Amino acid sequence: MTEAVLADFAGHPFVRGLPAEHIARLAARADRVEIQAGQRIFDEDADARGLWLICSGRVALDLQVPGRQRVVVETLGPGDELGLSWLAPIPRWQFGAAAQLDVIAYALTSESVLALCEADHELGYQLARRLLTTAIARLHAARIRILDLYAAPGTESGL
Amino acid sequence: MTLSQPPAGYRVSGRVEETRDTVTLTLEPVSVTLPSPRPGQFSMLYAFGVGEVPISVSGPARLPCLTHTIRAVGAVSRALCAAVPGQIIGVRGPFGTSWDEADAEAQDLLLVAGGIGLAPLRPALLSALAERDRYRRVTVLIGARSPSDLLYTSELDQWRGGRAAVEVTVDRAGAGWHGDVGVVTQLIPRIELAGDRTTALICGPEVMMRLTAQALQAAGVAPDRIRVSLERNMQCGVAECGHCQLGPLLLCRDGPVVSYRTAAALLATREL
Repeated sequence: MTEAVLADFAGHPFVRGLPAEHIARLAARADRVEIQAGQRIFDEDADARGLWLICSGRVALDLQVPGRQRVVVETLGPGDELGLSWLAPIPRWQFGAAAQLDVIAYALTSESVLALCEADHELGYQLARRLLTTAIARLHAARIRILDLYAAPGTESGL
Repeated sequence: MTLSQPPAGYRVSGRVEETRDTVTLTLEPVSVTLPSPRPGQFSMLYAFGVGEVPISVSGPARLPCLTHTIRAVGAVSRALCAAVPGQIIGVRGPFGTSWDEADAEAQDLLLVAGGIGLAPLRPALLSALAERDRYRRVTVLIGARSPSDLLYTSELDQWRGGRAAVEVTVDRAGAGWHGDVGVVTQLIPRIELAGDRTTALICGPEVMMRLTAQALQAAGVAPDRIRVSLERNMQCGVAECGHCQLGPLLLCRDGPVVSYRTAAALLATREL
């Protein structure tokens, strides 16, 4: 990884602010990948073994619903982290993922991340907090969508 | 303007069906021309024999015409949505405060709309695009329930062509939707945002506005540079009847556009 790429990696919101040595260790295990629009990244129910730090483009998380086409449940974009299911006791993808636009991302395997965390619990703690922050944000967003805020209100005002 | 002001007759001169339950009416005066509204203000629209409702101005100030986008959610708004060209409706106004988007000169201007909330923001956007060089970045974030609920879809590319960054997200994607899916606040980290030089205008459901304002504050936007459009039971339009009271504010006069510095505590207060 060149200095420029390392600087780019260090600027991703998921790792921004980590100590330089932690960033360097993560960066050493990250691959900069380009994923073409339309390409599937992983499928629902497959082994969950990776995380991607999205730099550009858009990724759709989808679910196969019987009788319907794949339903996109959420999209992720620049600055987002893709891939949480590998943290679960049974690491299988709960949703599928596909590049909706051309994507540039840093890809890491869950095995390498978990190994880093086992070797350095401070790094593990920092990553756990960030992954939890991501999970909280997605849970929060899902709950807000359940409210169906844009449904027709029970008032007469069109303000 | 007093409580006893009778509505002025306006003739429907244009009608556009935006979605299955929302229409945009262009109105021209029959005889009396009301003052030109500023972006963010509202009119009281009267469907004769049915009733009167507050509706935000949704188009550019092109005197003598008025533009209002109306969602059919009750008897009066349904009657207004059903109005056809040539039909006369009553109008009082304009009332309330404006977005004052010109105050963002030399700043980044960020507009965040949820659902029908895009309608009150549209005149502010059109005003900014008409004087585009006065601003730095102009960004519009739009959240809608579904692709079929999106307003002004034919204009989005024009806005982009007018040097506005426009991002759209929906809560529920249907087949054929290839855009973002998620709540509008999730778009905020993905845009270029300089918190210390941004003025944000937000309109939508109150929960959406509160969450958006909180996200913007976390990104460094000062609460007095965030404006929200609040809604209560506007009736008289001139701060006499008190129906639209929200804490110390009478929103028909002190709103609908209110600084988030003022609105934050009110939005977090449980009302009777």
